[in-house]
Amino acid sequence: MMRFMLLFSRQGKLRLQKWYLATSDKERKKMVRELMQVVLARKPKMCSFLEWRDLKVVYKRYASLYFCCAIEGQDNELITLELIHRYVELLDKYFGSVCELDIIFNFEKAYFILDEFLMGGDVQDTSKKSVLKAIEQADLLQEVRAGPVRKRRKRTKAKGALPTLDTLPAGPSCPFPTSLWRLAPKAPGWPAGPQALTARGGR
Amino acid sequence: MSDIVEKTLTALPGLFLQNQSVSGPAAAKASFSSRLGGLVRGITALTSKHEEEKLIQQELNNLKATVSAPTTTLKMMKECMVRLIYCEMLGYDASFGYIHAIKLAQQGNLLEKRVGYLAVSLFLHESHELLLLLVNTVVKDLQSTNLVEVCMALTIVSQIFPREMIPAVLPLIEDKLQHSKEIIRRKAVLALYKFYLIAPNQVQHIHIKFRKALCDRDVGVMAASLHIYLRMIKENSSAYKDLTGSFVTILKQVVGGKLPVDFNYHSVPAPWLQIQLLRILGLLGKDDQRTSELMYDVLDESLRRAELNHNVTYAILFECVHTVYSVYPKSELLEKAAKCIGRFVLSPKINLKYLGLKALTYVIQQDPTLALQHQMTIIECLDHPDPIIKREVLGEYSYLLDKETPEEVITKLYKLLRSDSISSETKAWIIAAVTKLTPQAHSSNIVERLIQEFTTSLDTCLRQHAFELKHLHENVKFMKGLLPVDKSCEDMVVDASLSFLDGFVAEELSQGAAPYKPHHQRQEEKLSQGKVLSFEPYGLSFSSSGFSGRQSPAGISLGSDISGNSTETGLKETNSLKLEGIKKLWGKEGYLPKKESKTGDETEALPVPQENIIMENVDQIITKNDQSQALTQSKEEKEKQLLASSLFVGLGSESTISLLGKADTLSHKFRRKSKVKETKSGQTTTAENVTRSSFSSSSNVTYEEDYYLDNFQDRGDKEIKKFSLNSELLDSESLTELPLIEKISNCRLSTPSLFAVNNMEVFHPPQSTAASVANEISLASSLLEETTEHMHSDLMEVCHNETISVSSYKIWKDECLLMVWSVFNKSASELKSANLEIAPAENFKITEQPGCCLPVIEAESTRNFQYSVQMEKPFTEGNLSGFINYQVMDTHSVQLEFSVNLSLLDFIRPLKISTEDFGKLWLSFANDVKQNVKMSESQAALPSTLKALQQELRLHVVDIIGNEGLLACQLLPSIPCLLHFRVHGDMLALWFRSSCSTLPDYLLYQCQKIIFHYRLLQDIEYNSLWYTVSPCCLSILCIAICIC
Repeated sequence: MMRFMLLFSRQGKLRLQKWYLATSDKERKKMVRELMQVVLARKPKMCSFLEWRDLKVVYKRYASLYFCCAIEGQDNELITLELIHRYVELLDKYFGSVCELDIIFNFEKAYFILDEFLMGGDVQDTSKKSVLKAIEQADLLQEVRAGPVRKRRKRTKAKGALPTLDTLPAGPSCPFPTSLWRLAPKAPGWPAGPQALTARGGR
Repeated sequence: MSDIVEKTLTALPGLFLQNQSVSGPAAAKASFSSRLGGLVRGITALTSKHEEEKLIQQELNNLKATVSAPTTTLKMMKECMVRLIYCEMLGYDASFGYIHAIKLAQQGNLLEKRVGYLAVSLFLHESHELLLLLVNTVVKDLQSTNLVEVCMALTIVSQIFPREMIPAVLPLIEDKLQHSKEIIRRKAVLALYKFYLIAPNQVQHIHIKFRKALCDRDVGVMAASLHIYLRMIKENSSAYKDLTGSFVTILKQVVGGKLPVDFNYHSVPAPWLQIQLLRILGLLGKDDQRTSELMYDVLDESLRRAELNHNVTYAILFECVHTVYSVYPKSELLEKAAKCIGRFVLSPKINLKYLGLKALTYVIQQDPTLALQHQMTIIECLDHPDPIIKREVLGEYSYLLDKETPEEVITKLYKLLRSDSISSETKAWIIAAVTKLTPQAHSSNIVERLIQEFTTSLDTCLRQHAFELKHLHENVKFMKGLLPVDKSCEDMVVDASLSFLDGFVAEELSQGAAPYKPHHQRQEEKLSQGKVLSFEPYGLSFSSSGFSGRQSPAGISLGSDISGNSTETGLKETNSLKLEGIKKLWGKEGYLPKKESKTGDETEALPVPQENIIMENVDQIITKNDQSQALTQSKEEKEKQLLASSLFVGLGSESTISLLGKADTLSHKFRRKSKVKETKSGQTTTAENVTRSSFSSSSNVTYEEDYYLDNFQDRGDKEIKKFSLNSELLDSESLTELPLIEKISNCRLSTPSLFAVNNMEVFHPPQSTAASVANEISLASSLLEETTEHMHSDLMEVCHNETISVSSYKIWKDECLLMVWSVFNKSASELKSANLEIAPAENFKITEQPGCCLPVIEAESTRNFQYSVQMEKPFTEGNLSGFINYQVMDTHSVQLEFSVNLSLLDFIRPLKISTEDFGKLWLSFANDVKQNVKMSESQAALPSTLKALQQELRLHVVDIIGNEGLLACQLLPSIPCLLHFRVHGDMLALWFRSSCSTLPDYLLYQCQKIIFHYRLLQDIEYNSLWYTVSPCCLSILCIAICIC
């Protein structure tokens, strides 16, 4: 069972946190701080698994964003890595070439997707299609009732020219608006990499 | 512009509420939806944390106003919630919005409800009281006909739900197991799974429904039910053996690709499902041949199928290998699994390598040949940039032994060590591995060569490891016992603290082995070498150990020398004893007796015959001090100075300067104190007194001990006068054994001192202020002989009537607690058949002491009853109750009941051990408690604080070294506890170790209490209290305690 999932930027800014075991606020903050420090200090060549406290930590960096899961002792690290990957795929499919900014500005959507994918720390639905269907169902209601609030980004748009990019001032803590795929580590284990996904997910 | 529109709208809430969902003004919508964006952008633009705080605070204030405004629409509320979540994520408190989140979930439409539920799940935790308000909403939504609402309710239930409210929703969720939509069924199963986790007994009755879920036609529902099964099987595998066939069939189908393509992940069929099933099978087949046989086929197929070079197939493979090794073994499968591990280990991907090595450590226990196959890989891994890998690798070496002789392995490692390609850190790891192998090797040529080579290594870390090995090697027998062949000594490599070696290291060190230096210490050492004036002389002293080899690095002038100037020395130099490296501090030669010129001076004072009168002694000390100030030294002293300066680099003459500076700050205090003294004992201005006061005011190097010296002189106790504070605090047996209080009573009884009255005032134990005057008068006469020998508490009245008054006091004898009840007959007639009985208490063994059974109490006299109390079971607070009955003039019998409180503290005794023993003991104790306590006056406070603790808690001050103090005590009959105090700035770091787990906590609490009062005392130091009551801080301490 997963204990918690964190998304944080390279600058150490928390982007999303989901706790599956009741943890006090103070303890949460402490753990987040501690874990961020540990993970951010790791070099890219190092392995994605850590033994931290009594937990196993599996993390992966996509572009400027770290996805970090804490799992229990007997859990499988590799499949957790895939779980992170699947989540990124889901985000990517939903937002269309997702980047950190999407998650910052629509973090509630990222939560909804996560809730549809994981429930109580375990995988609920491994089918990408049905997860997205469930999300879209809820979104659809939104669109019927209040009209489309947020337009799905079109694939045809020039890469990197995201609508939020121009409005964002450059600063040291400015998130890096790159598609998560673009800096995703090139893993030969993933034949269905960004290109494949784009091809399938594009319209 | 948008603001104006917003204002207009909030002015017309009704209109807005009705219209906005249908045709709400676009401007308002835009302003709302971009609010989060604005906030995020605003925060991104900021450069400092402070600015962010300001901005967020402002934002939170706005939000607070908005959410509580009655005009706020649900739509606005939804937007506010999102921003609140964002603020909380940044670490700010948004608790004012929690209730609104619940409201939103309750009242909003689907979209708002969704955000409301999300906010609730993020804000609240399972036991939050507000969560109860959510229950109704959840129940309502579960009954809704809208699927989305049901889904939301199920999701929130599975995330956060108050345990005690489960019965309210359970039947509803059970119904959902029959729902026509698979998504609802799936979520219902997962919600029940969650209930199973938090309250297993509540869902016991629906186990049969779980089976139904397992057989569900939808794969998702079935997969969800596996979570429950995995958990249940983990708890009791035998109850589910009958399901093995089903699980095997399911896995077969999954592996065979019979599932809908939707469930494929990168063209691998349902990997999560496969892994779940493999884990279940592993649990079912454990130690069960028959069950295991059912699954061999499918395991084999899984291994075979997972051939795609895919990350996710590795995940399945890894789980499969794990399962193969946990079920009843089948050699064919094991072989295949081993091959798979090989693929992991050989993989260029670091993640796989890591897992492969982890699997290897596990597997090799069953099959050592496997390690041989991968030996080269293992060795290559040794220099992997990721230390985690390295650590794993060295764990392997213990397994290589079965086939190869240890010599061969050592030779290989030795070669590896000499190659330049590997980093020194790795080399250190390797030496550790060699150390591990050495006891099993028959010939040790290579080991010796290795030792020779690396004890002179420039790398301190390597050198240290080599030294360790060297000394271990010298004692092969011991080493063998320590590093048994059959045990995998992985811990040894992994355990960074090497705590299991502590005992051995201490042993070795006491025989003169070279000390281990922790990293920070080495760092310190390096740094401090460059400094002119170091405040960490002990760190420095370690550098000497590098030069002088075997010489013990203990630059600690020990308390064992009676001249005992160590406190002074320590204070001047701010010496610090590092207990982290304590095992290194004690060497064969013991401590270097004198390291510093000042100490040298004091040594001369040592042989002064005890018969000397104070004046001479004091004079001498003054002279010594003067001498040292003028730096006039004898030849011998010069040598010592030379030695000292080599040991304490840069601490030559500077020490005097720092010393003077420090004394200055304190001198006025002492002068004032001494004045008070004089006025207090004005009528008794003896020659001694004059000397003393002149002494304390004239010598500006005097320190706290002068102050104590004053006190001792005051008492007129000649014996004490010969010792300075440290000796008194440290090893002067007479004093530590018979704590101060008896000393005084001694002198009070023996010599009718001029200061007797003063003394009584000074040393009344805490309760004395509360005790009656009558008691005090009777105290002197009624105290038993033991009283003068042992520490005792004050007399306290426990009960009384018109004829008698029963008081009790405790005598803390060395071996037990002696309770004395003294019965005072107030009446004019004598009391007959007086009898005192103590009710048996569960934690204590109470034995009546002889000599207290005289049944007659004469008029206006006192009779004592003594009971020795021994603790049988540790406790913190206990109660002794009893009664006394007597007859008045043969008429009627009177019974009087009383009770006395006992605390664990009553069974704490000083443990008199030497610093060396302390070090040994320290290492052997596992229970460890640390705490930092704030103090007001750091430097001067330590000795006096320790004194207070010694007094109050009956601890034994083993040693004071610079800003560190060692104390020891024992809980009767013989549970020792060691205390380490270290002053650091205005912090006092307390560190307790004991063989008993509860004792350190208890003592810590007590110490904190004392220190707190002591701090209080120091805060009121210049208060009138200080002067009027007594110059002795202890009495104020006592009073402070009483006040508090």
